[in-house]
Amino acid sequence: MVDDRHIFEIKDFSIYYGDFMAVKNINLNIETNKITAIIGPSGCGKSTLLRALNRMNDLILYSRVEGQALFQGFDIYDKETDVIELRRRVGMVFQKPNPFPSSVYENVAYGPKIRGIKKKSQLDEIVENALVRADLWKEVKDKLNESGMSLSGGQMQRLCIARSLAQQPEVLLFDEPTSALDPISTAHIENLLQELQKTVTIVIVTHNMQQAARISVYTAFMYLGELVEFGDTDSIFVNPQNKLTEEYITGRFG
Amino acid sequence: MAIFDVELRELRERVLKLGIMVENAIRDSVKALVERDSTLAREVIRRDHLVNAQDVAIDLECIRLLALRQPMGSDLRFITTTMKITTDLERMGDLAVNIAERALELNEEPQLKPFVNIPKMAEITQAMVKDTLDAFVAGCSRLPYEVIKKDDEVDDLTVKNFEELLGLMLQDPKIIPLAIKRTYIAKYLERIADHATNIAEMVIYMCKGKMIRHTTIEE
Repeated sequence: MVDDRHIFEIKDFSIYYGDFMAVKNINLNIETNKITAIIGPSGCGKSTLLRALNRMNDLILYSRVEGQALFQGFDIYDKETDVIELRRRVGMVFQKPNPFPSSVYENVAYGPKIRGIKKKSQLDEIVENALVRADLWKEVKDKLNESGMSLSGGQMQRLCIARSLAQQPEVLLFDEPTSALDPISTAHIENLLQELQKTVTIVIVTHNMQQAARISVYTAFMYLGELVEFGDTDSIFVNPQNKLTEEYITGRFG
Repeated sequence: MAIFDVELRELRERVLKLGIMVENAIRDSVKALVERDSTLAREVIRRDHLVNAQDVAIDLECIRLLALRQPMGSDLRFITTTMKITTDLERMGDLAVNIAERALELNEEPQLKPFVNIPKMAEITQAMVKDTLDAFVAGCSRLPYEVIKKDDEVDDLTVKNFEELLGLMLQDPKIIPLAIKRTYIAKYLERIADHATNIAEMVIYMCKGKMIRHTTIEE
């Protein structure tokens, strides 16, 4: 049964690397067109969980899952799942900006071209649209043919977001997207995410609790592979119910 | 101990110090009135600037901690509660000054009748202030709920005091100026009890994360 409100429904979901259980029996629903933040100390499994949502962990040998992770009612780990299509619909932006070593234009047009779009005018439109949505258009419209690598760190990260947006995703997964950026570029990306959540569901893994507090609607706190607490971001940061969450957010952990 | 923990402990101690200053002001103002001690009344008025200075210092420290430490969870609730309750404590200090001022005026006149209701109100009110501060320091207990209940006793005594004085004023209009000052004093104590109730409500918020102000209280 498809739940309209939640784009992901994660049920009794575990992830193993070989014998190591990195994510333990998680139950979590991700609401459509909202920002959900996942916080927790290093090694708590938050990136592993994030990467499971578009099967990035497939690339790691000996990784396997148990339980169910549904994307719009369909089992992400079903044998029939078209992983390429899944990753188009569920895009990912990483910690370190990783534009392709090609022009700004080609970075954004790459995905649509692979999908078979050849007409120049159509590609132009997609590229402009994606760059506008990533709030980068004004800065690069006169240097679309320059290398993506020539941009500043914050611009490169927005270029990566534009590259994902050109694929018309329904979800964007962010793994520490601003940890390599200065506060101004970070604020720029945070504002952008708040704007994007109107049309795209966002799941963000962050070590920066203030960032989670600033931008997310829901927050999940993970520890040692378990989901300790999940709730409205307000509640998690003002009045958490679990002692571990309280210790973590007040910096009295361990 | 982490620096932030030390800072929080020091902040708590400053609030306690302010609380003790205010408790003393209330006690001394009522004593100055009942014992007709104008020197003590003047002393209460003179000491008020220390209460004000401490209130400002605590506010500034809270703002500094909010900006620099970006507290979350129970730390956030503690600091925001502190900012609110010091405002209540400072207002209590002002009301004690008002009592001392009326005491100075009344001490110039012959005594109308011995004080009965006002010392009783003062006793309950002082206990409320002490209990709220204990609750603030000790954290979660039943104390703040007890304080909130006691407020009704003070309210009843305020009404009783007024009715008694009204009777006297009707019998002898010449005493009206003195009697009115006595009703003022009862009103000041009643307001102090209200501030103590505010503090108790904020302490409950600090402990439980639940805002019970302007609601019917349930435990």
